[in-house]
Amino acid sequence: MTAAISLHGLSVDIAGATLLHPTTLSVESGTWLSIIGPNGAGKSTMLRSIVGATKHSGDVQVNGTSLSTMKRMERARHLAWVPQTPTIPVGFRVVDYVLLGRTPHRHPLAAERDEDLAVVHDVLTDLDLGPFVDRQVSSLSGGERQRVIIARALAQQAPILLLDEPTTALDLGHQQEVLVLLERLRSEGRTIVTTMHDLTLAGQFADRLLLLAKGQIVADGDPVDVLTEQNLATHYQANVRITHHDGAVMIVPLINDLQTSKGQHL
Amino acid sequence: MNITPTTARPVWLLAGVMLTVACAVVALVLGPTSIPASGVLQETLDRLTPFTVDSGLTPTQKSIVWNLRLPRVALGLLVGAALATAGATYQGVFRNPLADPYLLGVAAGGGLGATIAFVNKWGDGNGVFDGVQLAAFAGALLAVVATWSMGMAGDRDRPTTSLILAGVAVASFFTALQTFLQQRNTEDIRQIYTWFLGGLNISGWAEVAQLAPIAIALLIVLAMSGRTLDVMAVGDEEAKMLGLAVPHVRIGLLVAASLLTASAVAVSGLIGFVGLIVPHAVRMLFGATFRVIVPLSIFAGAAFLVASDLVARSVLSPAEIPIGVVTAFFGAPFFIVILRTAGAR
Repeated sequence: MTAAISLHGLSVDIAGATLLHPTTLSVESGTWLSIIGPNGAGKSTMLRSIVGATKHSGDVQVNGTSLSTMKRMERARHLAWVPQTPTIPVGFRVVDYVLLGRTPHRHPLAAERDEDLAVVHDVLTDLDLGPFVDRQVSSLSGGERQRVIIARALAQQAPILLLDEPTTALDLGHQQEVLVLLERLRSEGRTIVTTMHDLTLAGQFADRLLLLAKGQIVADGDPVDVLTEQNLATHYQANVRITHHDGAVMIVPLINDLQTSKGQHL
Repeated sequence: MNITPTTARPVWLLAGVMLTVACAVVALVLGPTSIPASGVLQETLDRLTPFTVDSGLTPTQKSIVWNLRLPRVALGLLVGAALATAGATYQGVFRNPLADPYLLGVAAGGGLGATIAFVNKWGDGNGVFDGVQLAAFAGALLAVVATWSMGMAGDRDRPTTSLILAGVAVASFFTALQTFLQQRNTEDIRQIYTWFLGGLNISGWAEVAQLAPIAIALLIVLAMSGRTLDVMAVGDEEAKMLGLAVPHVRIGLLVAASLLTASAVAVSGLIGFVGLIVPHAVRMLFGATFRVIVPLSIFAGAAFLVASDLVARSVLSPAEIPIGVVTAFFGAPFFIVILRTAGAR
């Protein structure tokens, strides 16, 4: 397998604070890497620096080519980014919004070609968004909206998808729906990198977990090896019991042993 | 599934052309001198098309049609299209519904330039490359350049916010200078005041010939930029990630829109309201994407300004009221009607 993304000494310093310590890492093509870690660990920072949304040092390579040598349009044909809270322009219909994903494939002054409309058609069909094509994006429910946003990323036809907290705003059913969709996209050959809050879901869907704490990788590997009681106690200050069920890692918070900051038992 | 993006459909564009032509025809036919409508139209066809048509008008009537009414309508079309399109562009670039073509200081800069020219007797605002026009154009661009350089030196993470704030500061400064000059030269105050209210009262084809090449070229470029403005609607960061070279595109669009505004202001003075309201009316009637708003604003702006000018010179005929008064007086209620009907849908 080849590395779809490789980071070489990627680091982020803002105003003297190190948000991400120099990181070297490669993500194999066609796999799903999920970045986990407590609040402020640098998950989003890492994802944002990979796509170039945050100023960083070090080098990011995509299929062996450094992103710094690519123009923006070329980058957007390699990497599609789904931010945590995308801006939905007022009054845009689903078709208008998904068509924005074709931006890296056309000149800024040019009209879209039939090919662009065909890609939008295929993506919307693929994601079962046909019934919503003429609806305003802002009128959709959370789960539908997230699918539309992923559709925009797919319209870029980039082999690598980076999603910042793709399930955080969704209820359980819609979380599953989005993750099953991402798993399908991965099985079709795309490389997926996500940041995740829900550790059980992260462990269930990703091939590989990266545990960040204070801007550093503290664990990296198979979900079973990363999601340990010891790791979660050390880096999340969480008291949990880990159980395994049908190959999935289940994390159960232990309320009885949880203490408040005043030392009282809850 | 039917993939039809919200775009300017040919039938809408055709309707825009027809509306514009209709307004232009009415404006040609009506005037303080009564001339038979059929004669006016025949004379226009004779002059503007290769066909030879005998209009049967007297030489004086012919001269009124060709030297007074036609250039005035042509100028109205150009200025209206320019202001509405520049306004749509500014609203898109700044992602702010209150943005208008004067946001970055074009009005204050143009006003200062024109005032300097009036008090120094460089011209009267009429004719080709008249001193007042040149000074207004230069002042308008100077103000935009000052706003740009101050705004870009500010908060780099929020370039549009800091540009707007810089625009406010530059406009205040230029207005202060302008007011000072004006108060020291009270004998010119009437001319200056009239210029500030705007008008299409020109001397003939010279102003049209001067404005047309640059305005038409910039209108074409901006009409093609609607899709890019749509990409900018998701914000700088996401637009960059979609492959748009946001800083370059932003400066390119603002330069085009500012040049367009400054060219129009140089000839017609400050006509308010058109650049702010026309794009919104188009948005509410036809759709929220800029690929609709920009091309249709060209026609809507042209038609609106020609109609406003007709009112401005008809109500108190043969006297004229400033066109800026008309655009606001009739435009505001019209806009509220659209606002209500579009909201009810």
